[in-house]
Amino acid sequence: MSMREGQFRNPSGCAVTGVIDRSGRSMSGQCMIDAITVMHDRSNGLGGGFAGYGIYPHYKDHYAFHLFYDSKEAQADTEKFIGRHFEVVYSSEIPTSKIPSVTGEPIIFRYFLAPMPIRLSHSHLDEREYVARCVNRINAEIAGAYVFSSGKNMGIFKGVGFPEDIGRFYRLDEYEGYAWTCHGRYPTNTPGWWGGAHPFGLLDYSVVHNGEISSYDANRRWIEMFGYKCTLQTDTEVITYIIDYLVRKRGLTLAEVAHVIAASFWSTIADKDEEAREQQTLLRRMFPSLLVTGPFSIILGYEGGLMALGDRLKLRSMVCAEKGDKAYISSEESAIRRIEPELDRVWSPAGGEPAVFELYGRGSGK
Amino acid sequence: MNIYIQPDYEVVRNSDQCIACRVCERQCANGVHSFDPDTGKMKADSTRCVNCHRCVCLCPTHALKIVKSDDTYKINANWDNQTVNEVYRQANTGGVLLSSMGNPKPFPVFWDKMLVNASQVTNPPIDPLREPMETRLWLGKRTAKVERDEKGRLKNTLAPQLKLDVPILFSAMSYGSISYNAHESLARAAEELGTYYNTGEGGLHRDFYRYGKNTIVQVASGRFGVHKDYLEAAAAVEIKMGQGAKPGIGGHLPGAKISADVSETRMIPQGVDAISPAPHHDIYSIEDLRQLVYSLKEATEYKKPVIVKIAAVHNAAAIASGIARSGADIIAIDGYRGGTGAAPTRIRDNVGIPIELALAQVDERLRQEGIRDEVSILVGGSVRSSADVVKAIALGADACYIGTAALLALGCHLCRSCHTGKCNWGIATQEPELVKRLNPDVGYKRLVNLVTAWNHEIQEMMGGMGINSIEALRGNRLMLRGIGLTDTELRLLGIRYAGESL
Repeated sequence: MSMREGQFRNPSGCAVTGVIDRSGRSMSGQCMIDAITVMHDRSNGLGGGFAGYGIYPHYKDHYAFHLFYDSKEAQADTEKFIGRHFEVVYSSEIPTSKIPSVTGEPIIFRYFLAPMPIRLSHSHLDEREYVARCVNRINAEIAGAYVFSSGKNMGIFKGVGFPEDIGRFYRLDEYEGYAWTCHGRYPTNTPGWWGGAHPFGLLDYSVVHNGEISSYDANRRWIEMFGYKCTLQTDTEVITYIIDYLVRKRGLTLAEVAHVIAASFWSTIADKDEEAREQQTLLRRMFPSLLVTGPFSIILGYEGGLMALGDRLKLRSMVCAEKGDKAYISSEESAIRRIEPELDRVWSPAGGEPAVFELYGRGSGK
Repeated sequence: MNIYIQPDYEVVRNSDQCIACRVCERQCANGVHSFDPDTGKMKADSTRCVNCHRCVCLCPTHALKIVKSDDTYKINANWDNQTVNEVYRQANTGGVLLSSMGNPKPFPVFWDKMLVNASQVTNPPIDPLREPMETRLWLGKRTAKVERDEKGRLKNTLAPQLKLDVPILFSAMSYGSISYNAHESLARAAEELGTYYNTGEGGLHRDFYRYGKNTIVQVASGRFGVHKDYLEAAAAVEIKMGQGAKPGIGGHLPGAKISADVSETRMIPQGVDAISPAPHHDIYSIEDLRQLVYSLKEATEYKKPVIVKIAAVHNAAAIASGIARSGADIIAIDGYRGGTGAAPTRIRDNVGIPIELALAQVDERLRQEGIRDEVSILVGGSVRSSADVVKAIALGADACYIGTAALLALGCHLCRSCHTGKCNWGIATQEPELVKRLNPDVGYKRLVNLVTAWNHEIQEMMGGMGINSIEALRGNRLMLRGIGLTDTELRLLGIRYAGESL
């Protein structure tokens, strides 16, 4: 019997790419499909996915939950749970197209939700924490149900297949957003479960990741002290939780997060100016168990921006580029050239050096 | 009537090689060797031999060896020779059997039943000769608040921590149990290595105050040598609640080892046995411990981390959890194989639990309670090699204390006779003629060599796993697999069996 994602560790190679229009203008998901197609050989047909930001302008103040259901019973149980905890503003099946190479899809639904005011106030939690806990409860407690996207005005679309096929399956050419990320997966084992594809999301955070981190169990055992449960056993999941913890719960900036998870070597820190040296030393001393080692290159999507970050030894490729208001991130430059042949600037960020691209006026670093 | 007991070991001399230079005679403080003027040959009295190998090592013609005696009582799987001899010895004297160094019994060594991972294909091993490979770490509380100054910069709200360049410290060995020269060797080595040595419960000799920033001073139940300057000289203060070699009892330094210098350093009378009480008489409970922790912090103005050292006992996880909530910055856990200068044999060989199991359980419990970052975890008793260090850190330790390995580096041959005070290697003795055999210039260099070599090996193993910071190895139990272990042992260690995939 094959095992589901989460019952074992599944090392994967990958392709990642992302784009943002910092002026806030929208582009359809087709550009990501075009870009990832070029990197076809970096995936093996066992997982692909996308995250789009700004795609639900009509429901931008509501949490958009995307769910996979294995059965109608799981759906009924989940909808009961959702009904108790949220006001459902709108819900529907997510529109898809039949693609011959995409098979075995689960039931795929989305819901636009507002936390039930009474429940929320009785929980004594802030709204985002309330929503995050509801997501965790559905994923942990309702067999056959899985929330794979839960942010506002954003959505994750993923499944088992080549990413370009998954994009067509979800009809992403029909969505318009100011930022997109995409992931093609090369797992070493067959996951066979759509929930195991990437991006991984929590609230408006989405993470696509290429690599296999060697610090996994050190990071996992540490972050699980703070209410997170790493049920999928993937790098992407634990990295997302680390970022959520540091930014949302501890109030660090994204640049500071980079100095925690992809910290400079002590020898490098020693050569920096006094202020940088003090701040970075302090971050390493405060959160040493959240240092991530081994190869990774990630694109973090969040409301209003994208951040690219690679491991401190730069063991995975990562290219950034700019053209006018648009910024691009990709495992390979070819994918960027495919959708924008003429670029103003192309560069490879150093290992551990974050590249942050945000909507104008947002103020860098969150 | 005293029953004669045949010695366990016999001195064998190759008379063809012996040149009767009498080095062995001069080197043996136990009086094994003598020159027979009638025959012109050397003689040996094996009944006095402790098998410390001093004569073997110094014999210029390699004419000597020590062999296990083949003399035996009738073979009996229940009443073996040693067991019978111990009965005779106690019937002869009416005394408690005394031993030194760690438990030598054939209990399982769990370090040797764990195997370490390495990277292949899906992620790369890292070459420490060509890439940075960090073994630096900080010990202490990591539960800092995120606060910012007016410019938005993070404020340093961390409690005081200890900075280590290697994940290895020298564990507590008191001046008195070991010699001045041994202490000097440890202090200088700690300074050069960027780590710490520990005074044990014997106070700090005035000459060594200058190594204070690499010194952990101990406050034990006897309070020997504890005063204001002592606390202020140190980098950290360790409260010794227990010791792995002898959980549940205090220390015992025989009067023969209490020289004038030792007496002054310990602030106790010369030549009289120094026996520290089993408990601290101001600590009968966890809330009392908290008071001592904060008393020491008050005395040192909250500038130094406080370590609480316990022996690995059955309830170690709950005890550690209590300590983590009592203001301690670091918990040191000492396993039942830890060494000692003197302990009742029955306690050394029968009390306490393996450090591997205690560590795994303490680390897991602190994580379950969400308080792992309230304290760092130090383990010792016994850590024998760099591989043991790697496994300890992967199980969840921050760093390791080494005691026996450090003494071996200084020349100790594990004869387990420290309590006699006649250490031929100049380590566990206060006799000036013996102490001067240990040259601190040589001794400190050998300690530096040992730890440097181990650190290279740790880096190689980390690199193999694709890990380039010791901090990413801490608690990384997926990097370990068990072999020859039962399901219960695997569960307690929190690791999978070899062959089980990720």
